[in-house]
Amino acid sequence: MEVREVETWTRPTPAGDGAGAPFWAAAAEGRLLIQHCPACGWRQFYPRPICIACGADPDWEEASGRGRLHTFTVVRQNGAEPFRGQLPYVVAMIDLEEGPRMMGNVTGCEVDDVFIGMPMAAYAVKVSDDVGVVFWEPATIGS
Amino acid sequence: MSDRTPVIVGVGLSDYPKAPHLDGLGHHAQALQRALADSGLAKGELDGYAGVGMGADQAPTFTEYLGIKHHRYIDGTMTGGSSFEFHIQHAAAAIRQGLCEAVAITYGSNFLSAMGRSLGTGGFLSAGQRVAGTAQYEAPYGNTLVGSYALAARRHMHEFGTTSEQLAAIAVGVREYAGLNPSAMYRDPITVDDVVGSRLIADPLHKLDCCVVSDGGGAIIVTTAERARDLRQPPVYVLGAAGSQTHWNISQMPDFTSTAAASCGPEALAQAGIRPDEIDTLQLYDSFTITVMMLIEGLGLCPKGEGGAFVAEGNLRKGGRVPLNTDGGGLSSCHPGMRGIFLLAEATRQLRGQAGEAQVPDCSIAVACGSGGWLSCIGAVVLGKDHP
Ligand SMILES: [Zn+2]
Repeated sequence: MEVREVETWTRPTPAGDGAGAPFWAAAAEGRLLIQHCPACGWRQFYPRPICIACGADPDWEEASGRGRLHTFTVVRQNGAEPFRGQLPYVVAMIDLEEGPRMMGNVTGCEVDDVFIGMPMAAYAVKVSDDVGVVFWEPATIGS
Repeated sequence: MSDRTPVIVGVGLSDYPKAPHLDGLGHHAQALQRALADSGLAKGELDGYAGVGMGADQAPTFTEYLGIKHHRYIDGTMTGGSSFEFHIQHAAAAIRQGLCEAVAITYGSNFLSAMGRSLGTGGFLSAGQRVAGTAQYEAPYGNTLVGSYALAARRHMHEFGTTSEQLAAIAVGVREYAGLNPSAMYRDPITVDDVVGSRLIADPLHKLDCCVVSDGGGAIIVTTAERARDLRQPPVYVLGAAGSQTHWNISQMPDFTSTAAASCGPEALAQAGIRPDEIDTLQLYDSFTITVMMLIEGLGLCPKGEGGAFVAEGNLRKGGRVPLNTDGGGLSSCHPGMRGIFLLAEATRQLRGQAGEAQVPDCSIAVACGSGGWLSCIGAVVLGKDHP
C-alpha cells in the first residue's frame, strides 16, 4: 500500500501500543497486517494476542490492501475538530479480500459516489515511524 | 414455603427532561425517594443494589450516596444503556436464591444540563489526542454515535430494501405517545414527511431518527411476591430475563443487520412461556429508529428483513397490535445518556393499568428490551401482570 506523508496530522492519534504495535508500525511502512491463526485458520482484525475463534497464538500476515465496501455513512455533523472542518465525509466498513473487516474513511471521490460493494484500495498515512493510519479510496481498474 | 417469585413493586422517575437543579447523583436520590414512596417499602428494607453511571461515579458511590451501605448484594454491570435489563436479570436470580430481600436499581444523569450540547456533535475526542486500547482502531476516522447506527441502517436498507419512510414511521408513532406525556421533551405530532425532511445527521439517519438528549433518572425496586402482598402497588412479575452481546466497538459488529436480541429475545420469551404475538406492549430502546427495527426483528415480532413493512403497517402505533414506547420514548421524551431503566418503568406502569390516556387495553404482558453500546449488548425482560 502506498504511503503518503501529511504536513500536519490533527486527527486523534492511535497510541500504537499493545498487541497492535506491529500493525501500526507496518502501516507506517506501507504494509497492511492482519492476523492468521495457525491452529484453526481464522483471520482477524483488530490485532490481539489470542485467536478469538480457538484461543491459540495468531501469526501476522500481510493483506493485499484490496477490499469491498460493506456499509458506510456520510457524516454531516460532528462538532469535534478537525472533523468539523472536513464535513461531509465518508466513514465506511471495508471487507478485506482476506476476510476481516475494518473501519476507515473513503477519500478520492465525491461522497455521493460511494456505494455498497464498491471495490476499494488501501493507502497509509504516515503519522510517525511507529504509526501509520490506513485509509481507502476507490480501486482503479487493474490496481 | 415463602413465595420468592421476583416482582417489581416500586417505580420512580426524577424530574425530566431538563432539571438544572439536580446533578447526576441528585437524580438517583430523587428517583429512589419516589420509588420507595410508590412501593410503601421502608428504605431500611433495601439490602441489595444495582446501578451504573455515565461518568466516574459507579455502584459503590451510589450505595454510599443513597445510604444502602449494608447491602448483601451489589451489581455494577455496565453494558451501556441496556445495563438495567441485565440488572433485572441478576436481581431476579438473587431474589429467587435468597441472596437478598429487596433490590433498588437506580440511574440518574444531568446529561443535558451538564453538556449543553446538541446531538451527534461528537466532542468525545479532541484534535491530536492520543487514543489507546481498542478505540484506536476507530478514533482517526471521525465516526460519531449517529454514524455507528447509520452503518447498520444503510446495510439494512441494502439487504432488505428498508426505506427511510419505514424508519420514520417508528418516530411518528412514538411522538404520538409523547403527546400524551406532559413531561415529554417534544409533544407536537410529526409526520413521515417531517422525519425524512429533517436534516441528515449521518446518512441515512435524519435528525428526527435520533433520540433527544435530556436529563433524567429512574429507580426500580425488586422484591419477593411474598413481601409484595402487603405493599402499596400491584406487583409486576419478572417472567423472563436474558441478555447477550455480539460486539462492543461498532467496527467489530459481526453482522450489521443482526443484534444479540436474536438470541436473548427468544431465550427471555421461552423462560416466560410466551410467543412474540402474545406481547401486549413493547418498551424498546429507541436511541435511533433503526435500533427499534433491529430489536423487533431480533425479538421475533416479524421475520428478519421484514421490519420495514411491519412498522409501516402501524403495528407499533397507538391502537396497533403491539404499541411501542407509550411514554414517548427516547425519540421524543427522555434520553439521559442511558435509557434502559425507563423501559422497565413504563412497562410496569402499563401492567399496573396506571398509564392513563396512554394505557394499552388489557395489558398483561410487556417486553422491555435495551440496547447498549452501539447495538452491542442487548437485554430482554418479560414482565407480567399475573403470577406465573
Ligand atoms: Zn484459531
